[in-house]
Amino acid sequence: MIALLRRDLTLALRAGGGFGLGLAFFLIVTVLVPFGVGPQAATLSVIAPGILWIGALLACLLSLDRLLALDYEDGTLDLLATAPLPLEAALSIKALAHWLTTGLPLVLAAPVLGILLSLPGPGYLWLVVSLALGTPALSVIGTFGAALTVGIKRGGLLLSLLVLPLYVPTLIFGAEAARRGALGQDPSTSLLLLAGITLATIALMPFASAAVLRMGLR
Amino acid sequence: MPLSIHDLTLARGGVPVLTGVSLSLQPGRALILRGPNGSGKTTLLRTIAGLAPPLSGTIEGAEDRVAYAAHADGLKAMLSVTENLTFWASVFGQIDINVALEAYDLHALKDRLAGTLSAGQKRRLGLARLLVTGRPVWVLDEPTVSLDAQAVAMFAAAVRGHLEGGGSALIATHIDLGLSEADVLDISPFRAADGALVGASDEAFL
Repeated sequence: MIALLRRDLTLALRAGGGFGLGLAFFLIVTVLVPFGVGPQAATLSVIAPGILWIGALLACLLSLDRLLALDYEDGTLDLLATAPLPLEAALSIKALAHWLTTGLPLVLAAPVLGILLSLPGPGYLWLVVSLALGTPALSVIGTFGAALTVGIKRGGLLLSLLVLPLYVPTLIFGAEAARRGALGQDPSTSLLLLAGITLATIALMPFASAAVLRMGLR
Repeated sequence: MPLSIHDLTLARGGVPVLTGVSLSLQPGRALILRGPNGSGKTTLLRTIAGLAPPLSGTIEGAEDRVAYAAHADGLKAMLSVTENLTFWASVFGQIDINVALEAYDLHALKDRLAGTLSAGQKRRLGLARLLVTGRPVWVLDEPTVSLDAQAVAMFAAAVRGHLEGGGSALIATHIDLGLSEADVLDISPFRAADGALVGASDEAFL
């Protein structure tokens, strides 16, 4: 399992691995918002938590079609499916590698981008906490979507259409927690629900992902 | 423990391809599958490897004992030869990759990125992976594609060494591997009645 994690991280960091693409996308989307809605700090500070959450979500989505498609094309998935490692574990590891290379950098970059959107002072901590709690769910659900569309030529768009509705609960509670934090209100209810969603998807989604991947490999 | 298959019926894309396949493979033996394109060799091998369920029939002695190799080698272009092999070795709980490098004469290439290898060199690396699995039953789908005569001889030597070590091998191929001791099975007689219709679309399902 550690070998698979190390391999996925190495591949992401080498040339053509796509590390940083999600981060750059997040940066550009966030920078575009003041151009679109105008530079008034009052407007921006109201929408900042939601924009940052949507940006992070879309950046996560961007890298999903590479998650399993490359391994499918070169036959790695066939070989992993016949290896002693359970497919559930292999997919959990791949989701973890995706989070470490996509989700975690987004969490770390979000406060810096918060400055660009005049996020109010108390919001920074809760923005980071809500993203840290929510983005693992985005990777795990995304792995399910990737497993579902494996083997479909140009499945990237279909993958987005399938996965985005599943991201809705995470987005609602994540953005709500960040918004309440920014207004100086207590965000704990939203954070607890967000954590609950993340834990449930981490616990259950790998089984669903492995089941649909087995169908896809037939 | 022999690999034994009883009365297997297989489908590809929902249409029966092969029916009534029975075979047995003892440790130390090799069986070569023959049959025209689209006759169901790949389907049979994928089913034995556990990648697809059979419509009916039983497979014994395959669970967690099969090392499968097909047209795609599962190599990462941006990893070196050593890194690729070490990864598969650790997935299968093995450590030593030197035997595999030796058998396919890959020592000179071991620090090259797999993406820079020629087709034949990639194939040799893909076959070397079998040696680091430690699995007793090799299930190989056209293993000699893009290999030159010298590399085919390396492959035959590796299979022979595997058989001498008590392993077994099931190989689908169209060429003569020089494995005179191997049994040969033509799977054409097992073709399902309407198999001819599906045969043409065989490759599309890969």
